[in-house]
Amino acid sequence: MGDFWAIYILWLRDLKRYWYDKARIIASLGQPILFLFVLGTALSPSFAGPGGIKFSEFIFPGIISMTVLFTSVFSAMSIVWDREFGFLKEVLVAPVSRWAIVIGKAFGGSTVAVMQGCLMLLLAPLVGVKLSLLMVVQSVVVMFLIAFAITGLGIMIAARMKEMEGFQMIVNFLIMPIFFMSGALFPLDRLPEWLTVLTRIDPLTYGVDLLRGVMLGISSFNPLISLGVILGFAFVMFAIAVIEFNAAD
Amino acid sequence: MDTGTDIVHVENLTKKFNGLIAVNAISFSVKAGEIFGFLGPNGAGKTTTINMLCTLLRPTSGTAVVTCCDVEKDPNRVRREIGIIFQDPSLDDRLTADDNLKFHGYLYNMDHKMIEQRIPEVLGLVELLDRRKDHVRKFSGGMKRRLEIARGLLHCPKLLFLDEPTLGLDPQTRAHIWDYIIKMRKETGLSVFMTTHYMQEAEVCDRVAIIDHGKIIDLDTPAKLKEKYGETTLEAVFLKITGREIRQQGGESAWVQWMRRP
Repeated sequence: MGDFWAIYILWLRDLKRYWYDKARIIASLGQPILFLFVLGTALSPSFAGPGGIKFSEFIFPGIISMTVLFTSVFSAMSIVWDREFGFLKEVLVAPVSRWAIVIGKAFGGSTVAVMQGCLMLLLAPLVGVKLSLLMVVQSVVVMFLIAFAITGLGIMIAARMKEMEGFQMIVNFLIMPIFFMSGALFPLDRLPEWLTVLTRIDPLTYGVDLLRGVMLGISSFNPLISLGVILGFAFVMFAIAVIEFNAAD
Repeated sequence: MDTGTDIVHVENLTKKFNGLIAVNAISFSVKAGEIFGFLGPNGAGKTTTINMLCTLLRPTSGTAVVTCCDVEKDPNRVRREIGIIFQDPSLDDRLTADDNLKFHGYLYNMDHKMIEQRIPEVLGLVELLDRRKDHVRKFSGGMKRRLEIARGLLHCPKLLFLDEPTLGLDPQTRAHIWDYIIKMRKETGLSVFMTTHYMQEAEVCDRVAIIDHGKIIDLDTPAKLKEKYGETTLEAVFLKITGREIRQQGGESAWVQWMRRP
């Protein structure tokens, strides 16, 4: 029972930090909006999407996935800040299981990421994507799955990192490739073989494909396979993160 | 709490970092209700010892029983019984004072009514009640320290660890903080384990262990230590036993070195 309340309060902490920092909420919407409207509009004439779909519509689920990806990673990596500023010690010295700390952090980061994703979802009418209530609910579920898997990845990395200096490198060499190879900005068929391979080993590919399936009815993979890949990825990440937190004592 | 029983019992406690011996086979006991001080220069092994006693660091060898249990065998039960005020700040300054205290209460699985009742109590104790809803980043260094003390006491620990509790504070705030701690002990029978390199603070302790280069050199009441070495101040006693001034800055603590290890 103690671990349940610890998970709850770790989750609530991330939500409060999100809520108190409204400038960040607005600021982090800037990049996805640029992608969506500038890139989306500029490339629309040269894009022949499946079923006559416009480019900005096609990338809409991808841009939402991007928002979720980056917010999840930043939230999870705030563990490194907590370590630098001493707050992590307050958590580690409390009578709480290490797995509960990891799960609490993951739920907190995921919820914040889904909220950012939902803000982007509000732009659907402007892009021309029509969503039913059921589609919105399904989108939120998929966003949460993506967020949960990616916070797992972020926490796994953060458990090892002692200072924030390595963070930019993680973003450049891991998070950006995950975004670019996920098919968020291009269709997955008609790719050269090397890129096809890279997209298939990117876990986010399956998240984007699921979200595109829900919103636009276009998908490259069986949704069950995509679900399986994301859940499997999340499970492996959390297992490693918990082991690392136990060892880092 | 009955006096005479040990709240901390340490035997041959040792910590090595890559061959560097930070704490070298120390043994001592702290009695329940006592204010027990570790006096020594920076880098003497004080913080490393505290981190082992509060389950943040695993000892290389030796045993430590804190409150009820062995720190290695049952860390979670030890954690429940102790409160800690770290040397470096450990608040979330993006949250309010109230948020920080609630966070602590939930982490320690306190009853929610109890949390609501205790927050005004501990904030009153450190005179921060009127700042309850303020964000911590607006606080001064002294206020942050006082809030940390309030937080350390929130879950009614049996034993409070204070690692250099007044480091970097002005003399007035330092005196205030000591008033709180002594008041707390009178009211709740709390035991206190503290480290310091301020001589005036060591004078407040019931017993003092003088530690240098990871070893306890002597351990007694401040009065007896002064008598034994024929000196009038603890500062002179320290100088006599270690052959050097306590204010020599011994560089970073082993804990800091460990945290920054490649």
